[in-house]
Amino acid sequence: MTTDIGLWGVPLAILGGAIRVSTPFIFVSVGEALTERSGRVNLGLEGTLVFGAMSGYAVAYQTNSAWIGLLAAAFFGMLFGLFHGYICKLPKVNDIALGIALMIFGSGLAFFFGKPYIQPVAPHLPAISLGWWSDVPQVQAALRVNVLFIAGIALAIAASWMLKNTKVGLTIRVAGDSADAARALGIDVNRVRLWSTAAGGALAGIGGAYLSLYYPGSWNEGISSGQGLMAVALVIFARWSPINCAYASLLFGGAGALGPALQSVGVTQGYYLFYAAPYVLTLGLLIATSSTTRAMTAAPGELSITK
Amino acid sequence: MNHVLERTPHVPTRALSLETLGMTMRFGNFTALRDVSIKVPAGSFHVLLGENGAGKSTLVKCIMGFYQPTAGQLTVDGREVEVAHPRAAHDLGLGMVYQHFTLVPSLTAAENLVISRADVPAKINWAHEREALAAFMSKMPFQVPLDVPVGRLAAGEKQKLELLKQLYLGRKFLILDEPTSVLTPTEADELLGMVRGLTSAGDLTCLMISHKFREVTAFADEVSVLRRGEYAGGGKVSDLSTADMAAMMIGEKELVRSAKRVATSGNVILEVKGAKAPDRSGFKTIEIGDLKVKAGEIVGIAGISGNGQMELMQMLAGQRPLEEGEIRVKNTPYKATRSEARKFNVRYLPEEPLKNACAPKMTVAENIFFRDFDAKGGKNQFWLDGRRMMAEAARLVGEYKVKTASLASQIASLSGGNVQRAVLARELTGEVDLLVIANPCFGLDFSAVAEIRARIMAARNAGTAVLLISEDLDEILELSDRILVMSEGHIAYETPAASAEIGEIGKYMAGHH
Repeated sequence: MTTDIGLWGVPLAILGGAIRVSTPFIFVSVGEALTERSGRVNLGLEGTLVFGAMSGYAVAYQTNSAWIGLLAAAFFGMLFGLFHGYICKLPKVNDIALGIALMIFGSGLAFFFGKPYIQPVAPHLPAISLGWWSDVPQVQAALRVNVLFIAGIALAIAASWMLKNTKVGLTIRVAGDSADAARALGIDVNRVRLWSTAAGGALAGIGGAYLSLYYPGSWNEGISSGQGLMAVALVIFARWSPINCAYASLLFGGAGALGPALQSVGVTQGYYLFYAAPYVLTLGLLIATSSTTRAMTAAPGELSITK
Repeated sequence: MNHVLERTPHVPTRALSLETLGMTMRFGNFTALRDVSIKVPAGSFHVLLGENGAGKSTLVKCIMGFYQPTAGQLTVDGREVEVAHPRAAHDLGLGMVYQHFTLVPSLTAAENLVISRADVPAKINWAHEREALAAFMSKMPFQVPLDVPVGRLAAGEKQKLELLKQLYLGRKFLILDEPTSVLTPTEADELLGMVRGLTSAGDLTCLMISHKFREVTAFADEVSVLRRGEYAGGGKVSDLSTADMAAMMIGEKELVRSAKRVATSGNVILEVKGAKAPDRSGFKTIEIGDLKVKAGEIVGIAGISGNGQMELMQMLAGQRPLEEGEIRVKNTPYKATRSEARKFNVRYLPEEPLKNACAPKMTVAENIFFRDFDAKGGKNQFWLDGRRMMAEAARLVGEYKVKTASLASQIASLSGGNVQRAVLARELTGEVDLLVIANPCFGLDFSAVAEIRARIMAARNAGTAVLLISEDLDEILELSDRILVMSEGHIAYETPAASAEIGEIGKYMAGHH
């Protein structure tokens, strides 16, 4: 049964989209924010995300538990992060070039191992219905919230808190802002970056598992539409703040739902253009908030892209 | 302070004495330090003098455990000690303030202090830490804002914070590596006065690396002079004259004296009228109402760093667009394009030349050729003339005494003074009508300083209009014909150099007027 709610469907679809689509962005971008705050860029998260989607799906199918699948995805994501972090420790390694290599390597590896899992159906991650108070099915559908979304928001808040209030957080920021200062404090910069990259990788793996285990909820080679890469850009857009990463992800997810929502309310012409909305929005906001004469104050001083 | 002591019970409570005995450090065939013995009694203020490359840094790095000396002993408070790494030095109560800041720019002062402690708890209780910090600060002779990111503090405040950090960590023997090189004389006096107070009270022993005699005579008890890695002399400051110390430092070398000032008068070359531009942070505006520089005149702009001098340099070099007003050179609007700079003979000598005026990984010859590689005799050149480049570079390297292994060496491999000489060679060659300079002698030893100042004076005498932006007031006083003071983004004061009063200039620099 469906109730016709007319144009109200558009904001509702945007809300639902924001919640559904944003989750992988939240995980990947918060993870990348941690990595970049430690002074390293991991562009390979797209590959990590795809491998996380595959490994999560495969393990969930084999064990018949979505949660074990999720853990497996985080584990493999962490391995990718450790690999990236370890190679970057070697002298004269460029983290950008290595990231691009790992992006393609991760996807390729996932396609290779994932072939047998395209057909089978794995269990899904559970969702919570927050729309019980409404009789309108569209509202209920929009407010079916996956636990990972809530975990992601909590993670963003926790990460922000950690960067300000814990030894680990301050250590990460020191390593990211001034390697010389960090060394003077006796901090092993490479180790901090290694584990920050590992944490970022694990979170990207979880983001991938969300794709294959909840939305869209199956494993195939076209599962990612560049979320891993876009999330890296969102970090810059969010000025390296985990909380801002969550906001940026929501905004991006909501804008991404604009095209399908317009199509569903009967707009037949030009809605394809709205599929580009998130990218146009990101570009517009980046241009609006940038300046040629002002220094980007929040950027970690050690990043190879801002140095 | 109690708070720190509670957590680190081994830290001594009184100033430490320190002694090196026959300290020798060899790197391969090169002996950086040969048989150096110095004695620093507890509660004294000791200065280590020497030119660049005399071995001062090597000596203190051996003391702090960055290097393991090839031979020699270190004694702290009468006990012989082995310092295997900087941590071990810290455990003994030895600390060091480096020439360059070791604070983390994006962290606040409070965060910087807390993270520098060896025993930071996993979860930082900020309420508790703040109380402890407030208690610590109340015992200190000076204050620093705790909640502003360090990157936004002025250089003087950063250096004070570096010092505070060492005291917060309970260090009782402090090595200061040219702590005042980034400070104005007023800031420097304030900082060293504080250190002096702490040493006189017996809370601290201080070993300072310096090449400023003014600071030595004003603040230090004793001095040791190094020359080419060897101990060249020393003693009580009260027994030595500046000339004695200079003689120990440089041996029999002759200093280049500043060329005499020749009376000149010329037309206005540079004129800045009502120019406005946002500063680095974007929150403040730099406003230059009226600035004129005539041919054959050096106009010095004094000011504490961070009051808009860097932005003024960028405005003149076309790196910072103007919101209002204009810059005119020889009565023509000037936008600082390459062709305009060439037409009007405008040359720049920005601060930190390796970063701002060189391509660090290109060769010395290429860097020297940047002004001319695409033009010859007023005509544009398409092909790079390698032979002309080498000939020009060889001539200039000889003329300006740039010490380089070869013309094909990376310019980044040269020492600071030689990079500055190479850039000066490039910028002063040919006809120069306007020269804009910022902090030309920052971090150079004093024979290089004297030579570079002489070159600037010679250019002035030849009829060049010179705008000298410098944070070193001594330099401004030595070179300028007219002195302007920049404060909070505008020119606050102007005086002819002949009748300049330091007190008055200082007042305007500090912003009290």
